[in-house]
Amino acid sequence: MTDVIEVRNLTKRYRDTLAVDDVSFTIQKDTIYGLLGRNGAGKTTVMSILTAQNFATGGEIRIFGEQPYENTRVLRRMCFVRESQKYPDDAKPHHAFHAASLFFPNWSQELADRLIDEFQLPVKKRIKKLSRGQLSAVGVIIGLASRAEITFFDEPYLGLDAVARQIFYDRLLEDYTEHPRTVILSSHLIDEVANLIEKVLVIDRGHIVMDEDTDAVRDRAANIVGDADAVESFAAGREVIHRESLGRVTSITVLGALSADDRERLAVAGLDVAPVSLQQLIVRLTQHTRGDAPIDTVPTPDEGALR
Amino acid sequence: MIEEGRALFLQIAEGVEDSIIDRSLSEESQAPSTNELAAFFRINPATAAKGVNMLVDKGVLYKRRGVGMFVAPGARERLLAERRTAFADKYVEPLLAEARKLGMGPDDLSRLILDRADSAGAVATDITEGTSR
Repeated sequence: MTDVIEVRNLTKRYRDTLAVDDVSFTIQKDTIYGLLGRNGAGKTTVMSILTAQNFATGGEIRIFGEQPYENTRVLRRMCFVRESQKYPDDAKPHHAFHAASLFFPNWSQELADRLIDEFQLPVKKRIKKLSRGQLSAVGVIIGLASRAEITFFDEPYLGLDAVARQIFYDRLLEDYTEHPRTVILSSHLIDEVANLIEKVLVIDRGHIVMDEDTDAVRDRAANIVGDADAVESFAAGREVIHRESLGRVTSITVLGALSADDRERLAVAGLDVAPVSLQQLIVRLTQHTRGDAPIDTVPTPDEGALR
Repeated sequence: MIEEGRALFLQIAEGVEDSIIDRSLSEESQAPSTNELAAFFRINPATAAKGVNMLVDKGVLYKRRGVGMFVAPGARERLLAERRTAFADKYVEPLLAEARKLGMGPDDLSRLILDRADSAGAVATDITEGTSR
């Protein structure tokens, strides 16, 4: 499949902080990606650089085979919905939609009108006076109705309630099915988006620690619970990414799909096996204590471990 | 219906297979499209397509150009055979393991199964002939 974005050795340094550290990846055409990671992991920085709203310190990026800076040809084919998009003081939602309709060649007013109705957005109220959820709705509507070939959603749901988020997810899938395009969705609500995203990219402290098909990750880890000795004997030689104990009972999270033999062994030993959701897996992979070394001195994580 | 810890495309394929086995989807009838499956289960269409393609590779579904996916003739029989083979591993083994834990022997188990089947009104007649009751 064609790659629409190529990133090679991308680095971004803010004074003493390495926000993005020598990152390389590609983004395939017409695919929905989840860009996941903790606050400050580097997600927004990467998206800003890809959309030419920030400069890289080093490395190379290609969007549709070209560099994006001051390149209207490329920029008109991309839409970046920021978590806190700023609008001019007097702007009302319908002004923002009108501006977007002029900029994006594939803009669908029909879809925008439908979403305005579904989100019950007051289009003639000043954006400054909107609630947080309504402000997010403005961004979501622009992101979907622009039908840009590459659309970035950076935590687009702030202040949106569960019903409004479901509208967003449903319309995203529906419109993507009718008009396939590349979508990069950054979200902390991993369980909510896990079934929507075909590929998952996880950034942790400026490094990519997972770059895979989401479906392939679903059986990648398991929780094993039971008698401490039996659990430890099963754990021997496996990669354990989390461990908890309560009295004689130990719970571990092991990496690697369980074979039929493993399952039989667990059943015989009387150990319980529970699945690990994508969200739990990512929490385990990216949780660090505060005393962890700062990014500059952290050795590159073993990226092969999850491949 | 979607559960954690198992590949979604497998679960989608199994869901379609279940409909064929319980006859809500009959042979030679049109199967749900990739997009219908994606919308119904709220999953990525590429994942749904992977499940459908797996069923095509298995010969459970076949494609009529320009019309859609259809259930292959003989699909139900083949699925039943496949599921029956897997039945022992999937259901009998865990049953035996739990019974062992509780100190129940094979005779206790078979008595229990026959009792329950009687009171529930046997769900199906035995496949194998000569099974004595």
